Amino acid sequence: MDFDLSEEQRLLKDSVDRLMADRYDFENRQRYAKEPEGWSRALWSAYAELGLLALPFDEAHGGFGGGPVETMTIMEAFGRSLALEPYLATVILGGGLLHHGGSEEQKATHLPQIASGDLRLAFAHTERQSRYDLFDVGTTAQRDGGSFILNGQKSVVLHGDSADKILVTARVAGSRRDRDGIGLFLVDANAPGVSRRGYPTQDGQRAAEVTLESVRVDAENVIGNPEGALPVVEKVTDIAIAALAAEAIGAMDEMLKLTVDYLKTRKQFNTTIGSFQVLQHRSSEMFIALEQGRSMAMFAAMMAQEQNPEERRKAISAAKVQIGRSGRFVGQQAVQLHGGVGMTMEYKVGHLFKRVTMIDTLFGDADHHLSKLAETGGLMAA
Amino acid sequence: MDLRFTDEELAFRDEVREFFRTALPDSIRRKMIEGHHPSKDDLVTWSRILNAKGWAVPHWPVEWGGTGWSPVKQYIFRDELQQAPAPEPLAFGVSMVGPVIYTFGNEDQKRRFLPRIANLDDWWCQGFSEPGAGSDLASLKTTARREGDHYIVNGQKTWTTLAQHADWIFCLARTDSSVKKQEGISFLLIDMKTPGITVRPIQTIDGGHEVNEVFLDDVRVPVENLVGQENKGWDYAKFLLGNERVGIARIGISKARLKRVRELASVERIGDVPLIEIPRFREKLAAVEVELKALEMTQLRVVAAESRREKGKPDPASSILKIKGSEIQQATTELLMEVVGPFAMPYHPEEEGRNEPTDGPDWASTAAPTYFNWRKISIYGGSNEIQKNIIAKAILGF
Ligand SMILES: Cc1cc2nc3c(=O)[nH]c(=O)nc-3n(C[C@H](O)[C@H](O)[C@H](O)COP(=O)(O)OP(=O)(O)OC[C@H]3O[C@@H](n4cnc5c(N)ncnc54)[C@H](O)[C@@H]3O)c2cc1C
Ligand SMILES: Cc1cc2nc3c(=O)[nH]c(=O)nc-3n(C[C@H](O)[C@H](O)[C@H](O)COP(=O)(O)OP(=O)(O)OC[C@H]3O[C@@H](n4cnc5c(N)ncnc54)[C@H](O)[C@@H]3O)c2cc1C
Repeated sequence: MDFDLSEEQRLLKDSVDRLMADRYDFENRQRYAKEPEGWSRALWSAYAELGLLALPFDEAHGGFGGGPVETMTIMEAFGRSLALEPYLATVILGGGLLHHGGSEEQKATHLPQIASGDLRLAFAHTERQSRYDLFDVGTTAQRDGGSFILNGQKSVVLHGDSADKILVTARVAGSRRDRDGIGLFLVDANAPGVSRRGYPTQDGQRAAEVTLESVRVDAENVIGNPEGALPVVEKVTDIAIAALAAEAIGAMDEMLKLTVDYLKTRKQFNTTIGSFQVLQHRSSEMFIALEQGRSMAMFAAMMAQEQNPEERRKAISAAKVQIGRSGRFVGQQAVQLHGGVGMTMEYKVGHLFKRVTMIDTLFGDADHHLSKLAETGGLMAA
Repeated sequence: MDLRFTDEELAFRDEVREFFRTALPDSIRRKMIEGHHPSKDDLVTWSRILNAKGWAVPHWPVEWGGTGWSPVKQYIFRDELQQAPAPEPLAFGVSMVGPVIYTFGNEDQKRRFLPRIANLDDWWCQGFSEPGAGSDLASLKTTARREGDHYIVNGQKTWTTLAQHADWIFCLARTDSSVKKQEGISFLLIDMKTPGITVRPIQTIDGGHEVNEVFLDDVRVPVENLVGQENKGWDYAKFLLGNERVGIARIGISKARLKRVRELASVERIGDVPLIEIPRFREKLAAVEVELKALEMTQLRVVAAESRREKGKPDPASSILKIKGSEIQQATTELLMEVVGPFAMPYHPEEEGRNEPTDGPDWASTAAPTYFNWRKISIYGGSNEIQKNIIAKAILGF
């Protein structure tokens, strides 16, 4: 057992941390949010130059063969800085679906483009009725010769507004909540019949409503088995949850740091408020929640690679529960201990709080995953 | 001991409930149900409806528009108002400066200000907090220097709620810095139109504009706008903060939000099962209801004891109301977030007259902003940490 980073992983961490320290302070972040796409093209290029956009892919496709630990390192840095770029949407979700579900040809076509920063992706799965159930798919894909015709509406598609292509789950067979019969389709965002309405999200990122009206998808853009895409979708979203857990840890770590700094400098009653024992205890509780979360983020990173899907899913659910709860506690207390200042847009801490809140609602909140875990017999079940 | 309302109290409850059902404009009721902030016009309209009925300031002395209701009836009235759900009359006027004026002000001030507060002709804001004086309010630095028949006021206030609409601000300012910090403070009423006042907006994390910074630069305030005695302002402020805490449990608001949660959870489904039928969710909701019921009983005990207590001496139990009341309100906003699920995500800035479609179900857009915004209630009105200090002091004695 080894919790330390390897030499290579350490180098990666140092270079990402340096990039974010140099170019992603809070002021810059707020500026990037005002750019036309809601994130920075310049930083996207910088990520490409550093090889971050190629990280999880095989060397044959221009990648670096990085695993969940490498992803965790990057996501933690992104969480700390509140990075806005569509890394999760493009590399982890979109790229992950192609990497784990696509044919050799599909990978050879698209992954190098992701790596170079030229292709941005989004993953459209949520529907009005689906809540957090990935298998609840009402969008239809009708066979038409070798092609499919897609109809339906997808909601809260992360970075769906700036994506070049969108991976869409659609039902080829079966009824709305069947686990079988779901296909995964790579749709050109500008294809006839695709309409998108982009909007900001509560945490300052971007998402879109995507409507598909008789959208034709050719055979070459069907990812994997058109009636059996769910296992790949679940695998990749589990990897994404592990990545989000790391991002949340970065954000929590930053909140604790800002709060501790504040406790050391803010004076009331002729003393720094950090001298009040209640606040000392509160910050230790935040620290505990953070470290418990960090442990589970590491667990998630390890288990994202687990071959047995049931074991993987349980572990990821457990991590999501812990991250949701830790994030809620750390976020609420960070705001509370900042007093009025924590309530304002001008300070970073409130934005971090909002980001961890939204991470909880991505791919199932803590309660959703707790139920899932309980229904499958819990973690310790033999 | 009989914990039930009397027949008379029940009849009274029906009467006010019926009034709120018919007199509250539908557009305002909808906004309240959906979690939008009522506009200035909404609040003025509603305050005047209440005032026309004679119910704008029930807790005031009868001679200034009060109703003479018993504390229990006052409670029923407020509870029904919150459950309607109707906007609460602007607290800065009717609950804060109004009582200070009728308790410590002179006859001129009472005549000049009280009727206009009751009718919301004057919009008041609270100028207590400063950048360096939050929980430690007494350390405030804004000064008022006497010059002939004026005070010259200099300093900065912050977190001033709805100062952007205000006609008047009540301020604590230091009139003597040679004495103990609590002893050199005066309570001044300042016309917001006076030269030297600048209001700068502060945006809160939910995207709203509800607080402000207020800069006072050589602001000339006539001495007749001093309340009570010079250097006695801290006593008046403590009186005011005590009153603020009593109303802060907002049990009716939590009841209204739980009702909303229940309704929406009957519409939202996981698969084909309404969320409200999922045991995990139901139990969570029931647990909050239990806490709320306990708080309501505690509140009623405080109310019942009120008639026996010395005027102006708040019950230390009011800190319980503040702490539990804020925690329960915050818990209801978390439940709402859970109901909304993935549709908590889209952000729609609140703007008057905006009519773009919302993304996702139209009731979802206020869930996250309400959750974010409601974090404030454990910070203001004496933070929950300060309230616990007060309880600790009361039970430990040091
Ligand atoms: C939305 C909003 C609206 C407001 N509206 C108004 C208004 O209209 N008018 C007005 O005058 N003010 C208003 N306030 C200000 C509010 O009263 C203050 O924010 C509050 O008094 C806390 O002060 P502070 O923000 O400076 O925090 P601080 O006092 O700096 O507190 C920071 C943290 O330290 C804790 N702390 C402080 N002292 C102690 C202690 N002795 N023991 C343990 N913990 C302690 C606090 O609980 C908090 O968690 C508003 C605030 C908010 C957020
Ligand atoms: C909008 C706003 C609302 C506020 N609401 C409240 C409120 O509801 N209740 C409230 O007490 N304060 C409130 N404060 C301010 C702050 O809590 C007071 O400044 C402080 O409690 C009194 O300090 P003092 O010792 O100088 O005053 P004192 O005159 O000595 O005491 C006033 C009261 O404060 C208590 N107190 C004194 N020191 C402490 C302490 N370290 N921790 C806790 N309590 C203490 C005392 O028991 C006493 O009841 C509020 C401030 C603002 C801006």
